[in-house]
Amino acid sequence: MQVTSSSFKENTRDALLNPTLQNSLKRLHTGFVSSRARAAARMPEFELLRDQARDIKDHVLAHLDIYLEKFELVCRAHGGHVHWCRDENHAKDTVLDICRKANAKTVTKGKTMIGEEIAINDHLEANGIEPIETDLGEYIIQLRNEPPSHIIAPATHVSKEQVADAFRLTHSDLDPARNLDEPDYILAEARAMLRNRYLEADVGITGANFLVAETGTSIIVTNEGNGDLTQTLPRVHIVLASIEKIVPTLLDATALLRVLARSATGQEMSSYTTFSTGPKRETDVDGPSEYHVILLDNGRSNLLNSEFKEMLRCIRCGACLNHCPVYGAIGGHAYGWVYPGPMGSVLSPGLIGLQNTKHLPQASTLCGKCEEVCPVRIPLPQLLRSWRFLIHEQGLTERKFNWGFTIWAHLAKRPKLYKHVVGWLVRILALVALNKGRYKYLPGLKAWTQTRDFPAPQGKTFMQQWRENVDV
Amino acid sequence: MSSGQTKVALFVTCLVDLFRPSVGFAAVKLMEGAGCNVSVPDAQTCCGQPTYNSGDRKNSAQIARQVIQTFERYDYVVAPSGSCAGMIKEHYPRLFEGVPNWHEKSLNLASRIYELTSFLVDVLGVTDVSGTYAAKTTYHDSCSGLRELGIKEQPRKLLAGVKGLKTEEYDGAETCCGFGGTFCIKYSEISDKMTTNRIDQLTSSGVEMLLGGDLGCLMNLAGKLKREGSLIQVRHVAEILAGMTDRPAIGEETN
Repeated sequence: MQVTSSSFKENTRDALLNPTLQNSLKRLHTGFVSSRARAAARMPEFELLRDQARDIKDHVLAHLDIYLEKFELVCRAHGGHVHWCRDENHAKDTVLDICRKANAKTVTKGKTMIGEEIAINDHLEANGIEPIETDLGEYIIQLRNEPPSHIIAPATHVSKEQVADAFRLTHSDLDPARNLDEPDYILAEARAMLRNRYLEADVGITGANFLVAETGTSIIVTNEGNGDLTQTLPRVHIVLASIEKIVPTLLDATALLRVLARSATGQEMSSYTTFSTGPKRETDVDGPSEYHVILLDNGRSNLLNSEFKEMLRCIRCGACLNHCPVYGAIGGHAYGWVYPGPMGSVLSPGLIGLQNTKHLPQASTLCGKCEEVCPVRIPLPQLLRSWRFLIHEQGLTERKFNWGFTIWAHLAKRPKLYKHVVGWLVRILALVALNKGRYKYLPGLKAWTQTRDFPAPQGKTFMQQWRENVDV
Repeated sequence: MSSGQTKVALFVTCLVDLFRPSVGFAAVKLMEGAGCNVSVPDAQTCCGQPTYNSGDRKNSAQIARQVIQTFERYDYVVAPSGSCAGMIKEHYPRLFEGVPNWHEKSLNLASRIYELTSFLVDVLGVTDVSGTYAAKTTYHDSCSGLRELGIKEQPRKLLAGVKGLKTEEYDGAETCCGFGGTFCIKYSEISDKMTTNRIDQLTSSGVEMLLGGDLGCLMNLAGKLKREGSLIQVRHVAEILAGMTDRPAIGEETN
């Protein structure tokens, strides 16, 4: 996927002026936020579960090599194949190779963010293999030829009218006058269209919410059941997973599942939680004859050895996106890569470099709402600050702001000079305000005064007045 | 002053110092009213939060050293701001992690620094304040105060004692107002959208006055309300608690 994070400011402007997007963002906020709050309130031990979830992930990250090797061993013992992939290209080529060996013409896909991260659809298409998304949201954005705008609700930015338009355009064999006014009709049409594609597909690709070292199992959660059909009907099942998805035991996986859906959608459990362990056995009635797991690193080993290690706890629930007032204002596409919102603003610079993504850690008020709802207690605001430290140290901040802060710091370190300068500044500002109490325009603060008045100082500084009182 | 009194230093904060000294005087009045011996150390400037959140650890640490030294001698240090108090309490110890001597000093200051309403309620046990003000108000929880320092009930408890005041909750109370320090300049369009969302909620709540504990957020919200021609007045909570409302509300014309 093309990275457009460097044009974050332009992306933002477009997003703020897009009425369809703004409408859908309002819905998203009220829906997910209130559902999560209710789910958390219903469970008295929810906070303890979050501690437990954090501890499980920390334990895994401290012993990642051991659990990954254990997973590989057990998965192979069940007849599965494990592929260690360093980076995006390595993973793409591995998937293509498996598809070619299977003589694949079409590939069905369950929802996978790793698939987005390595842009697997583009790679398959370029090599004559047709990928078909089976998650409704992913299917919609595939038809619209755009990336997801949310990690669990990929088409949240699309209105139902836009979906209907995309369906009419793509499903051109159907009656153009058919009714697509209701979500139910849209859903029924998508199901009908996808049903045959499941049966035709040679390969099914899914993501993994968890990989279980103890049993060699991959776990996916879905609400549509599309993942089950994707991984059981085709001959070959490929699981795309990044290395931090591993958990030691099934018990650990269930502990994480208890916080995942509650944090994501406010459900107690997703409608489907599917466990896959190896290919079909002789006694099984269905299932793939080949089972492959791609273990993708793509920069994560580097994060593991950095101050951003805690980011690898993330279980991709999307709660930080749903609660973030910045995400709520601009939606996911403005962030310019696969992972939006607070988790993306910490993760993306780690995976694709700070140069292109330097706006992301800066475009936050550090309000802390994300950390408040994170099921694995990732200290997101502090990690955003850590990127800001690096941005500053690498000289990537805008020059005018750098100047401003250098002057401010220079003054703040010299109390006597500070008092003189701010004393005069405040007196001048107060004079200019002419008892109006605020400014409609202030040079140097245009970014503020374009949309807001700027309150004027009362007169002398507090310190001036205090000294005068004390001296009397 | 008797030596038995609690020795409190006011860290007035740069925004209050420059823009709204009345908040500083209200803070002094409230603490003196509760029996404290309040000093205002002369060498104070800024807590360093703007440079810290912009990624400049070096300058922030230099500013922090000066703040630590300035406030070394006092039992308590109190700021009429959750974000400045949060900076000192949460982030100074981070800045000096692994720096001998200064890390201990930063932890020591962290144990003595309080946001004003939290100091009044949690440390001094104040239950009654002198303020009288007839208005329908709501309180906006500033993010740092709420999430770094756990300030939620304290200002509400104190406001409940102000005669004539009716305080109601509004939907956006815990959601960021869009100020975010330099964020509101660097990403002003996003900031404005966030502020607009709060203003919409405030307007539909039907309150006459908005109160809060952080001047940055209040200046932002007042600036937007005034630009939109709203009649909702904005004040720092200390002014109402201390009954010091003779100065116009934030961004309002002087008569």
